This record gives sequence, structure tokens and C-alpha cells, in this order.
Amino acid sequence: MPDARVIPFDDGERSRRRPLGSVADEDVLDISELTPEPEGLRERISDSIGFLRRRITGEYPVDEFGFDPELLDKVLMAPLRPLYSSYFRVETRGLENVPDVGGALVVANHSGTIALDAVMTQLALLDHHPAHRHLRMLGANLVFSMPFVGELARKGGHTLACAPDAERLLSEGELVGVWPEGFKGIGKPYSERYKLQRFGRGGFVAAALRTGAPIIPCAIVGAEETYPIIGNVKFLARMLGLPYFPLTPTFPWLGPLGLVPMPSKWIIEFGEPIPTEEFGEGAADDPMLVFNLTDQVRETIQQTLYRLLVQRRSVFR
Amino acid sequence: MARVLTAEPGIDRVIGVDVIPPRGDIGGAEFVRADIRNPIISKVIRAASVDTVVHMGVIATPVQAGGRMSMKEINVIGTMQLLAACQKAPTLEKLVVKSTTAVYGSGPKDPAMFTEEMQPKHPPSSGWAKDSVEVEGYVRGFARRRPDVQVTTLRLANFFGPTVDTPMTSYFSLPVIPTVLGFDARLQFVHEDDGLEALRRACVQDRPGTFNIAADGVLLLSQAARRAGRPLAPIPLPLVGLVGAAVRRAGLADFSPEQVRFLTYGRGVDTTRMREVFGFSPAHTTAETFDEFVRSRESTRLIPAERVEAAERQLVSLLGGGRAHA
Repeated sequence: MPDARVIPFDDGERSRRRPLGSVADEDVLDISELTPEPEGLRERISDSIGFLRRRITGEYPVDEFGFDPELLDKVLMAPLRPLYSSYFRVETRGLENVPDVGGALVVANHSGTIALDAVMTQLALLDHHPAHRHLRMLGANLVFSMPFVGELARKGGHTLACAPDAERLLSEGELVGVWPEGFKGIGKPYSERYKLQRFGRGGFVAAALRTGAPIIPCAIVGAEETYPIIGNVKFLARMLGLPYFPLTPTFPWLGPLGLVPMPSKWIIEFGEPIPTEEFGEGAADDPMLVFNLTDQVRETIQQTLYRLLVQRRSVFR
Repeated sequence: MARVLTAEPGIDRVIGVDVIPPRGDIGGAEFVRADIRNPIISKVIRAASVDTVVHMGVIATPVQAGGRMSMKEINVIGTMQLLAACQKAPTLEKLVVKSTTAVYGSGPKDPAMFTEEMQPKHPPSSGWAKDSVEVEGYVRGFARRRPDVQVTTLRLANFFGPTVDTPMTSYFSLPVIPTVLGFDARLQFVHEDDGLEALRRACVQDRPGTFNIAADGVLLLSQAARRAGRPLAPIPLPLVGLVGAAVRRAGLADFSPEQVRFLTYGRGVDTTRMREVFGFSPAHTTAETFDEFVRSRESTRLIPAERVEAAERQLVSLLGGGRAHA
């Protein structure tokens, strides 16, 4: 994986060789365009070499969840950034509702067959929030039993959706992301787009109540259209041990091409935080309160989704 | 361990019990050659009016015991014999049991960090870990029957250090580290000195209860292998059993199924109770512990960190030189 960082290294080789060899004029021009600021480039190259060295010798920190911030920023997020800005043209709203420090729980709607919406939200908060916050997401246990997926999820800062982990992260002052619809949300047919599914058992509300962390409802528009599910092959899903086996207009008919998502226009809106501190201790053990809060969060997200859908001119613009 | 205890001012007599006489120096301790599987142990305890029993006899690998059957017998039946003897010993005040964090098992449904009161999501089904679960069960039963005896159970993370020899240290001494393709386990160790210190404190202080004993921080398996300067050999999950068996037959390292699970999913334990109730903070972090282990086996590193660093400096200075030219 560190191979990805070799690219700028190549640039360096070219610019280094420039004064020595007989290089065509246009090539020199090309390079001066490439390197408007030679000092910056040199720093970047030695940064990349330093990064490679740390990767080879294992001298990088990971937290107790297995989160590797350097890997996330330099490698895992690199291919997603163009997807974020050019392909889906993600527009963020209400980033000021996410606090700069301290624990908070972001609760969002889930859609789009594979959890692209989750990684896009993570990228939005990492690159576009003024405090560059890491979103630590809570994933289903299927995620952690799958090879590669589970490994990358842990390195990306995510952990299993269970009460002890959620409370541990929140009380350590981390920003936690949860998609309470789970597989019901991402695996729902296209005809049910933007209709929120059941919100689990409200475990996320209980975790927020126990730690006094505010709940930030988050509405994501655009992910539903990336891979519209028009059918579900149940026996294949059962055979592979998956919650669903999706059929989209392009998958699996076009083979690997079917994995290319539709270029829909995305809006991610973070709503007003719902404070939970005022309910006091023991509130998490009051099932009525937990249900009501869960409903309140769900309603807020649903209303925001309707409002954003009306504002969007079309699926692709 | 015996040496550490004899050096303690409050303790004037230490008796070691084992079937094999100790190889090293045991300081001022006495040694009784006995098998904990038969009732002689109760005579030892009664004759010497023992006030503290430290049970460290749960063995980890079948090789040590000469087969899985006899290993289970020593671990489980031995513990039952020892506890039966303890129950009949009127002078007994304290029982210290060395257990392992392996009792939590390892799997995809695990929380990131286990606290002492959490139930395992994937209870260990074989080997040493299962024996330890059963030993802890008998110890709890003993604690109920003898409420006047203080029982301290220490769940220690994997021992690492320059002198210990465990399946895990021989694993990290392999020239190439086999891993499970697509998984990267979180590992947490404890330095041998810290582990001994925790056991010593359990003997001299009065801190009944169950405690996780582990160093701060975790290392990922891939990261640990890189720190050891060893290349990784990822093996697809379906072939892991075959490779594990081959390595075991070759006598390179002892791969038991629960160890493979540990190296696939990893495990972390919460040490808040160790700090706040047991009153102990390890002197070494997981990374420091591992680095010390690596340094003690310096000669076998394939990719030394120093050489990588030198290469980096060379590259950077090369770049700098090129720039200066321009």
C-alpha cells in the first residue's frame, strides 16, 4: 500500500535530473508548471520518504482500537478525495454544528448498497471541518469478520457497534458516527429511497445519554442513487453469508464496470445538536426517554431529507 | 519469582513446588519436588503452615507437558488438587492465581477492550485458554467456600521480554512471520519484569479480586513484524490450518487453534482497574516491551531499522544535493 506514495518521488527524480541532461524545452516548461514551488515539493518528497521509512520500520502510533491516523490520511483517503470533490461534488452544510473538541455522536441515514455514504461523511469531517475531526464509526460485526474490510475499518478508526466501545470513544472525547438503520438502510430497494428504516434498538441514544455527549442528526442526500437496488437474490446472499445480494441496473450484468457508481450530486447536512447532558444520570435506563429521543432524531433526519430533496434540482446536479 | 519473593522483607520462607527441579538460581527459596496432581501437595501446605499460595502452574503448550491430555490433567486436575489442599489448610490467608487474558477469547464480535466483568463473546474452545477458564471457575468456587481467604486472580497479557520463551516469542522469532491474509490483529503484551512485579504485589498487598495486567497501548501484528524487521507472509484463511500444522511439525513454533484466532482478530484489555484498584502501573508500554524483546534477539533481524533510516538520509541528502545544483 505504501507504493501509492512513490508517485511524487518520481516527480523529484525528474526535477533533479533537469539541469544535468539535455532536456527538451517543452519538458522544462512542463516541469516548471508541475513545480511552482520547489521548496514545497522537496519537503513533500522528504515527507513521503519519511512516511515510507516509518511504514517499513513500524514506527507509527495506533490507538487501542487499531486506528492508524497517518495511514488513513495519506493512503486510505487519497483515492476517495477526487471521488468526493469531482465525482459526487459533495456539498456540506451545517459543519459548524459539529463541535471542535469533545465527544459527540453523529447519527445519519444509511443508503447506497455499499457504505460509501459513511466514508464520504468521514472525509467531509476530516478535510472540511475547521478542526479536521476524525469520525470514529461503529460498524456491524459482519464488517469485522470479513477479511480486508475488517482490517481497513479498524485502521480507519472504526470499531464494533457495541455499547462499551461507543461509550469508551465518547468519553475519550471522540466524534463517533453511527448509522442505526444498518443493513436495512443500505440494502433497501430503490423504490424505498429516502424512507428511513427502523432505528435499531436505540443503543446509540443510550450511549450518548450515559456519556452526556450531544447527538448530531445528519442527513445525506445522493448516496441512494449511487447503486440503485432493483432486486435482491436471496439464495445467493444466504450462500455467501451476506445480508443481501444486490442487483442494480449495471451489476452484475456489466461485470466489474457494474461497480462504477452513478455520478449523483450529494448533500451532507449536519443538523442542530440535541443535548443529552440535561437528562442527568440514570436517564439511559429509562426506556421511554430512549425511545422518544430515538424518534426525535429519526424524525429530524427524515424532515431534513425531504427538505434537501426538494431543493436539489435533479439527481445529477 | 521465588527470588523476588525471598528478597521481600515481610516474607521469611518461600517453598517452590514443581515436578522438575528449577534450573536457575532460586535465591533463598526451598524446593519441594512434588506433583500437584497428587495429594502430597496438601502435606506440603500443612507441614509448613503456609499462609500464601501462589498458583502459577497453568501451562501453555502441550509440548511442555508431553501431550494435550497430560497438559489438561496438570492444569485442571492439578488446580483441583491444589484448591482441595488449600481448603483444608487452616493457616491459609491468601491465594494468588496467575491466569491469562486469553480467557476472553478472540473474535469479530469482541469489543475493542475487555474489562474484567465482561463475558467473552467467543469463549475459547480448546487448549490453554480453555484450561484457564476452567481454572478460574474452580478458583471462584474456592473463594465462595473459603470467604476468609483473599483470592487475587491476575489475568496477564502475553509475556514478552529478553529472557522469556513462550509460543508468542518463538512466533516472532520465525524468519518470516506468517499472518492471516486480510486481518491485522491488535496485540497487547506485558513486560516480564512488570508481570513479576504485579505477581509480587499480589502476594504482599491485600488486593482481592480479578485484574487485567497488561502494558499500555497496542501494536498491530503487521506493525510488530515490521518492528522486528521481518517480512510478512499472509496466508489465506482456508490454508491457515495447513501452514500452522506444518510449522508445528517442523518444531518452529507452537500454533494452537486459539492462538491462530488471537493472531487473526487480536484482543485488547482495559487496565483501569489494575491502575485504580490494584494500584499498579507497568513501567513499559507494549511497544517498548516488544522493542526490548527485538533488541535481545538482534542478530536475527532481516530488515534492520537502522539500515532503512540510513537509506532515508541518503535519499533525502541526494535530493538536497540535486536541488543545490539547480
